Amino acid sequence: MAKEMIKIEKLNKSFGPLHVLKNIDMTVTESDVVCLIGASGSGKSTLLRCINFLEFKESGKIFLEGEEIDPDKVNLNEHRQRIGMVFQHFNLFPHKTVLENVMEAPVQLRKQTKEEARKSGLELLAKVGLSDKETEYPSRLSGGQKQRVAIARALAMKPDVMLFDEPTSALDPELVGEVLATMKELAEEGMTMVVVTHEMGFAREVADWVVYMHDGRIVEVGPPEELFGNPQEERTQQFLDTVLS
Amino acid sequence: MDSILHFFETFASSSNVFVEALLLTLQLAVVSLILGIVIGLFFALLKLTNKKVLHFIYDTYVFLIRGTPLIVQIFILYFGISDLFLIDKFWAASIALAVHNGGYIAEIFRGTIQSIDKGQTEAGRSLGMTSSMTMRRIVLPQAFRRALPPLGNQFIIGVKDSSLAAFISLPELFNIATTRGSTTFDEMTYLLIVAVYYLALVAVLTIGVKLLENKLSVSE
Repeated sequence: MAKEMIKIEKLNKSFGPLHVLKNIDMTVTESDVVCLIGASGSGKSTLLRCINFLEFKESGKIFLEGEEIDPDKVNLNEHRQRIGMVFQHFNLFPHKTVLENVMEAPVQLRKQTKEEARKSGLELLAKVGLSDKETEYPSRLSGGQKQRVAIARALAMKPDVMLFDEPTSALDPELVGEVLATMKELAEEGMTMVVVTHEMGFAREVADWVVYMHDGRIVEVGPPEELFGNPQEERTQQFLDTVLS
Repeated sequence: MDSILHFFETFASSSNVFVEALLLTLQLAVVSLILGIVIGLFFALLKLTNKKVLHFIYDTYVFLIRGTPLIVQIFILYFGISDLFLIDKFWAASIALAVHNGGYIAEIFRGTIQSIDKGQTEAGRSLGMTSSMTMRRIVLPQAFRRALPPLGNQFIIGVKDSSLAAFISLPELFNIATTRGSTTFDEMTYLLIVAVYYLALVAVLTIGVKLLENKLSVSE
């Protein structure tokens, strides 16, 4: 039986009077790619952000590799080092070059020497196809290139899990493909990934599981061929009709 | 023609004294602005915590500093403190100027730090950095760059405000100009001379800040 990487039990979260996550249960096993789909405001990004405690849950439990992550007891910084995060708006450090962006966390947190971090940073940039951009500043890159740097930056910490928060939503249509290709490659290497996305094609092709969320609840979970091909819930059907038509 | 000639003659003959005063003004400005940056940053960081009592300290500090004239602050510090223990004129003026400039610099830093996108902090935290490391490595370098133009402006004000130290008889530029003027009954000439020194000082400062801005803006 594959290892449970992330387990979420009865997770609840509100912003003021707005109850955005309602009794979420979810398990992600090692090397799985899970795509969270659903309309805006359905809670999928919030769920993702709860996993690395950029948002704090109100109740429920979050486990990483079998260990409960209780923010009062666990060093969250160490927890976050094991989880890579890629944001919709890239959030690259504009005052650092591409390579410096990738080297920053390993040098500061893993206490790698600059030489080591530089070497592995260059390997990561090669992996995302940006070997020639190491000395550029982020402002000189296209959106797709920025997002690939952001992926390399997250990978530099050698995370056990990667979270993607709508990684292609801020990109021009012609740049979406290069980012999805990088993510697909990562999935094929066996990285455990949770991806909030509106790219149904990607979900269908790459995901092991697709999770449809509506109004703070998980409505339906299934392998892509089942969820897309033969949704069991009426809401899922309605959503798919809207986005796929 | 004669008066122009007179100006240049006086300028040349008084240059020894004025250069010495210029050095003192420079020392005063450099010390008070560096201290002002430290004080300003310290208070700005208080305001950025979520502790109400620290916000109150910040608000009170900025209110007092902005609400009272610098000359009053200098007098309070110099004459007030010297009742308790002896304080050197130079340090009284430096500290008063630093605390004064610090109030404005705090507001500059607070504004620019808050203007840095929240995503930057989230990116740092998501990599596992502590909040102080994220502040030091990610937010502050960007905020400082953004703060440079208003900071440069504050530096210029600080340099010129150092002239108020003349009123606790520190022999800086303005003091030398007025004493020279009153002993020679040639006030106008000496005021014009001292204006030239201040203009030169501010010009150098402006160019320096501009160069620093250009150097730091390579990434944009």
